[in-house]
Amino acid sequence: MLHIPALRLGKPYTSLNKTQLVHHVTGETIAEVSQVNGSQIVRDISKMEEARNELQAIPMAKLMHMVKEAGRIFATDTLPCGDQMQTFEDYIRNLSSTTGSPMVFCRRNAGKVEYVLRNIDTIIAGLTRGLDMSILDTGHGTQDGRTLCFVPTCSSFGAILPSNSPGVHSLWAPTPALKIPLILKPGREEPWTPFRVIQAYLKAGIPPAAVNFCPTDHAGASEILRGTGRSMLFGDSTTTDSYKNDHRVELHGPGYSKVLIGEDKIAHWKDYIDIIAESIAANGGRSCINVSAVWVPSHGKEIAHALSEKLAKIQVRAYDDPNAELAAFANPDVPDRISGMIDNLLKTPGATDTTEKVRGTPRLVKEGRCAWLLPAIVHCETYDHPLANKEFLFPYASVVECPQSDMVKLIGPTLVATAITEDKDFAHVLLNSTNVDRLNLGPIPTNRLTWDQPHEGNLFTHLYKQRAYQQSGF
Amino acid sequence: MRLFGTFEDEWLRGGPVQRWIPKGYAGKPTYVFETGGTTGLPKTRIVIDDFRIDYEMMSDTLPDKYFPKGSNWLMLGPSGPRRLRLAIEHLAQHRGGISFCIDLDPRWVVKLIKMREIGMANLYKEHAIEQVLTILAGGHDIKCMFTTPKLLAALDEALRSGKLEDKFRQLGKKIPAGGLKSIKAAGITGIFSGGTEFTPQFTREAYEEMLDNGDVYMTPTYGNTLMGLACSKPICPEDGFKISYYAPQPRAAIQVVDPKNFDKVVDYGQTGRVLLTTLTKEFFVPRFAERDEGERELPFETYPWDGVSGVRPFSEFAATTVVGVY
Repeated sequence: MLHIPALRLGKPYTSLNKTQLVHHVTGETIAEVSQVNGSQIVRDISKMEEARNELQAIPMAKLMHMVKEAGRIFATDTLPCGDQMQTFEDYIRNLSSTTGSPMVFCRRNAGKVEYVLRNIDTIIAGLTRGLDMSILDTGHGTQDGRTLCFVPTCSSFGAILPSNSPGVHSLWAPTPALKIPLILKPGREEPWTPFRVIQAYLKAGIPPAAVNFCPTDHAGASEILRGTGRSMLFGDSTTTDSYKNDHRVELHGPGYSKVLIGEDKIAHWKDYIDIIAESIAANGGRSCINVSAVWVPSHGKEIAHALSEKLAKIQVRAYDDPNAELAAFANPDVPDRISGMIDNLLKTPGATDTTEKVRGTPRLVKEGRCAWLLPAIVHCETYDHPLANKEFLFPYASVVECPQSDMVKLIGPTLVATAITEDKDFAHVLLNSTNVDRLNLGPIPTNRLTWDQPHEGNLFTHLYKQRAYQQSGF
Repeated sequence: MRLFGTFEDEWLRGGPVQRWIPKGYAGKPTYVFETGGTTGLPKTRIVIDDFRIDYEMMSDTLPDKYFPKGSNWLMLGPSGPRRLRLAIEHLAQHRGGISFCIDLDPRWVVKLIKMREIGMANLYKEHAIEQVLTILAGGHDIKCMFTTPKLLAALDEALRSGKLEDKFRQLGKKIPAGGLKSIKAAGITGIFSGGTEFTPQFTREAYEEMLDNGDVYMTPTYGNTLMGLACSKPICPEDGFKISYYAPQPRAAIQVVDPKNFDKVVDYGQTGRVLLTTLTKEFFVPRFAERDEGERELPFETYPWDGVSGVRPFSEFAATTVVGVY
């Protein structure tokens, strides 16, 4: 059986404690993954200063070239995967088999990771707003006539990763290019992408001690967050709440992304159904950049109905079907619980699952040991209905009516807001809002990223801080 | 023994504890030891001499090479109304040494974890380790130690990051040649460990990465206030770092039984719940179902009776119980 080792200081480590990964359709064991103890991770973190020195010794230009090369290797080469070799196609198939995400999604998301690696100069220019990269080699320099000096905030960067969508790996992937070693805890069902990215890094020449792959338990994850100077944590609010006051940890929880339609455009709402539907359902509705609420000043019922008619056409398809639009749940109990929660909240008066009515069949579909959730658009009569501001791991969105003048103060934290408006006053309010992380003005789907701008926090400012610096001759 | 049914540890909650003192021991100096007690009444057990007898028997299993007679001990475990602190002190004295102890209240740690105050729990752990470093820097020639898995790892982390050397510098003491950045370098030669669950992977990590590939000897034990303590077969890489425990028969015996039928002992190698019977002059616990499960192990030369390996919290309780906090 395929065994995926931990990578401690870049070296494979076979543990006595292994977890098993099973195929979401057949239940067949696909692989075993070695688990390391939290105390082992702590010991390895203590060696990261040396690993950082190794990265620091590589000039930025060479490092960028290595990372670009890693992008090519990731997407084309046959790479070690534990005790076997893995082609890119093997990787996509394995990834799909244990996560339930269709191969077509896996391929698309792997493409994001490849893009970030291959275009690392563009990505880093976006994160640093065009900083002359040689400044990170020397620690200081002059740009546009100004003295600049940057100092790392940490000796290593930790990432507690999810299993829901491999596209998220594009967020930590630039770290070695910023000369900071990595300590990765993969999601339980998704060791594939981080392991393959690391293999690509190693083949491209990144120092082994700087890339650590540490499958571990909850306690081990806590040690990563405690021990690394900076980190990112993916999870729902029960996972992230403990760290919300810890500036060292960048939290990636639910996005509560939204589409807002202004009063000036609401009469033309039919023109925007396609981009709203894409924002809700792309990537199986699994990303934090998928829309979970549509806020409109009027026509809520009609919009919910139109979205339902469009999304009700989405059907369950096999994981290897190139037309698949939904991800299966690797743990079939999860969709049962999600659907039950929605049904329970629908008992509160003032909300209707319009998609279920249009479709005429329940949202929960079971087949063998697999389960899926078909799209659900819930029309809420008031913004404070318990289903108005919920996010789930499938194409789900509420449609809420609210006066435009109240929208920004009522929408709450929003990772991506697409505001369909040309009203300058409304745009001004949105530009001044503190609860919107990324703002799209105009009919832009929320799932379309621009890679030359930071997304979900800025990795560069997380890993570096600017230092005042003066130098004089003697 | 089956005629007694099963012993319920709930009977041990509340007093008067004197009701458990056998008439033959009336008037003798008596200890009361507690387990649990984070919420509600703790379970209590009276002891007259048992802990001394148990630990003297255990002492006979310790190799003198690693636990030299006359050497001093460090007790890095829970203090308060617990058997362990006095037992380790007696063990040290029985072997001709003195035991140095720290203050450690596991009930406070459980509260912190339940309140999700993980940062505070870590600070408390650092507080415990800080006390240890002070003792180790005190020049007491400590060679032997009791510790739990988590505190062993915490001590190793502190030593490797140079905290004992820092302590020496603070005290104006010279750092010995070779430094003080490992448990071995700190002068410890033997570790008697227990208190919480030992996995083979943790044991391997301890052996390979904390104890210089076995240069420092570690013997895991399994015990509690009701039983006394069970010693383990010596741990080694060849055995996959499996830990098999053997009860101190005839004072206590363990069986590995079907969780749904305590009368049925499972086959060797099979998983079951740990059923404990203790019978000493001062305490009788017939057929008590421990909150642990494990695999039934074959007898061997040193312990020609059944053992149990892979001991871990009983899976039906594990999700709801906070264990292994110190």
